[in-house]
Amino acid sequence: MSALKAASIETSPLVEVRNLSKTFVVPVPFLERMIERRPLPLVRAVDDISFAIERGQTLALVGESGCGKSTVARLLVGLLNPTAGGVLFDGQDLSSAFAPGRASPQRKRVQMIFQDPYASLNPRWRVADIVGEPLVEQGWLSGRLALRERVAELLALVGLAAEDAGKLPHQFSGGQRQRISIARALATNPEFLVCDEPTSALDVSVQAQVLNLMQDLQRSRGLTYLFISHNLAVVRQISDQVGVMYLGRIVEMAERNALFSRPKHPYTRMLLDAIPDVTMSGRLRQPVLGEVPNPLQPPAGCGFHPRCPHANARCRIERPMLKSIEGTLAACHAAEEGRLP
Amino acid sequence: MSPLLEVDRLCVDLGSRHGSLRLLDDVSFAIAPGEMLGFVGESGAGKSLTGSAVIGLLEPHCHMTGGRIVYDGRRIDDLPDDEVRRLRGRQIGAIFQDPLTSLNPLYTIGHQLVETMRTHLALTEAEAISRAVDLLEETGIQGAAQRLRQYPHQLSGGMRQRVVIALALAAEPRLVIADEPTTALDVSVQAQVMALLRRLCRDRGMAVMLVTHDMGVIAESCDRVAVMYAGRIVEIGPVRDVIQAPAHPYTAGLMGSIPPMTGERGRLVQIDGSMPRPGLIPSGCAFHPRCSQGWDRCRIERPDLMAVGASRSACWLHDPRRTG
Repeated sequence: MSALKAASIETSPLVEVRNLSKTFVVPVPFLERMIERRPLPLVRAVDDISFAIERGQTLALVGESGCGKSTVARLLVGLLNPTAGGVLFDGQDLSSAFAPGRASPQRKRVQMIFQDPYASLNPRWRVADIVGEPLVEQGWLSGRLALRERVAELLALVGLAAEDAGKLPHQFSGGQRQRISIARALATNPEFLVCDEPTSALDVSVQAQVLNLMQDLQRSRGLTYLFISHNLAVVRQISDQVGVMYLGRIVEMAERNALFSRPKHPYTRMLLDAIPDVTMSGRLRQPVLGEVPNPLQPPAGCGFHPRCPHANARCRIERPMLKSIEGTLAACHAAEEGRLP
Repeated sequence: MSPLLEVDRLCVDLGSRHGSLRLLDDVSFAIAPGEMLGFVGESGAGKSLTGSAVIGLLEPHCHMTGGRIVYDGRRIDDLPDDEVRRLRGRQIGAIFQDPLTSLNPLYTIGHQLVETMRTHLALTEAEAISRAVDLLEETGIQGAAQRLRQYPHQLSGGMRQRVVIALALAAEPRLVIADEPTTALDVSVQAQVMALLRRLCRDRGMAVMLVTHDMGVIAESCDRVAVMYAGRIVEIGPVRDVIQAPAHPYTAGLMGSIPPMTGERGRLVQIDGSMPRPGLIPSGCAFHPRCSQGWDRCRIERPDLMAVGASRSACWLHDPRRTG
């Protein structure tokens, strides 16, 4: 029995997201609502998405602003409650772990790194308090000496000095602050880190330092990452699996090499073509048509059809579902029918 | 062709109660008509400040303490305020990073365009409106006549940035300072905006000073690039030379730290440490504490720009008198 259980844990993914949805109600002034007599507008920020992340692997979610990728991150760490669907972490439902007022053992296994290291650290707290907070808050470590030792250990792990514990956030550069964020996230020895654009606010040389650090930590500690980013080059550097999001849905999900060498969905192709070429190999950026539509009035059928060069009548009416096409998952009628060049 | 803008040994200091800090040190460059010169570097390197100094919009406590700025053969850094104001907008346009803060939320797009044009050009209201429609169409906005009646909040980010570009171009300036014009935009819209700027630069013979932290944007748009570090230009030259064969170790590090889109995935090159803050700039070459190729001389003596092929680089590695 126990052997059977152990075997199933070995093979099952660490994180499994099932039909996750989040709908936000858009506030409309009371008077306007009374006059127009219309129901409150809803935004489907995350619309029925499913994915799984294997232990020690990195899944990246990529997409333009407003596609719902940050909402997914917030749903996974319990900062938002899903409207429908759920998250299984190591075979158990995460929503109960995040119920308020309970220090569940699951909770310390999931942590988050935020985008802006200037906003995610309390400017009036010393580094020792910031990094030590998760430990104190959940009562996992007590005693000042033990705490100080643990903080020094964590700071060393991210390449900061033990003396930095007494400093305030403003005494650090952006890259060093993001290291403090990472140290705080690692305080409880988590297995799964949700990283919401962790390098977007950083300069490219500092971004390289943080990406290298994250990869080293993943290797040495067997961490599992969900990595949210809008930058495809960063995603290529860090991910094993990539999900491309558009208007709250995953439109393509593939293994990294497959996605970058043989993208299936026209939106993925468009994103890849839109990246400026740093090496100056002579490849020109393809001009991209249009912009992301207003999520309050998403187009009928496939959400991408107004910008898609391959859209036909079916795309305008019927919404495509994720289907396996040559080993990758893509939600596109044209790809499925073999209409794509 | 003689340069349209010439900046010669520009120095900018920040004055405070505790003395003054040097923010820009000995910055020299020139831009010819129809040329796009990129400025790249990490935050705090002084790229935006250089742009602000050129259009005479330095923050209250910053002062030019040395050097000259010459526009079209005429020195402009010592002009009285009202003359600088006339130059700005009419001759020199500016595009800033955040399109929402550069537009007035209380006025329609049309009002703002017409006001700008009539301030600088002798046009009637009707002429200005028809020119505004032409301008918006030129920047790729469809249904321009209807857009004129809209307010900034009714437009998307990409649309707003097009309006900001139209505003900057309204008085047909010969020089445009574009400070991170695409940083707030998504990559698909970014490509559209850069294509627009390139086209205007080519068609109108406009000179552009493009400030950005994105080497990719520089690579696809600029003719030449200046790499800044701690308030100085450390390398300047044709884009292809600087990108494919960087002469300064800092530029090489910067290029290596960009995750590649093709080929094998390896560990990224990382430059350890961070850029020094003003006031704490090391002696000698400011980059020496982070440089893997430095030696004694770099700690003591500050290198000036030296010719390396078609570029110039401020690094002792390229000293022609160097032996061994």
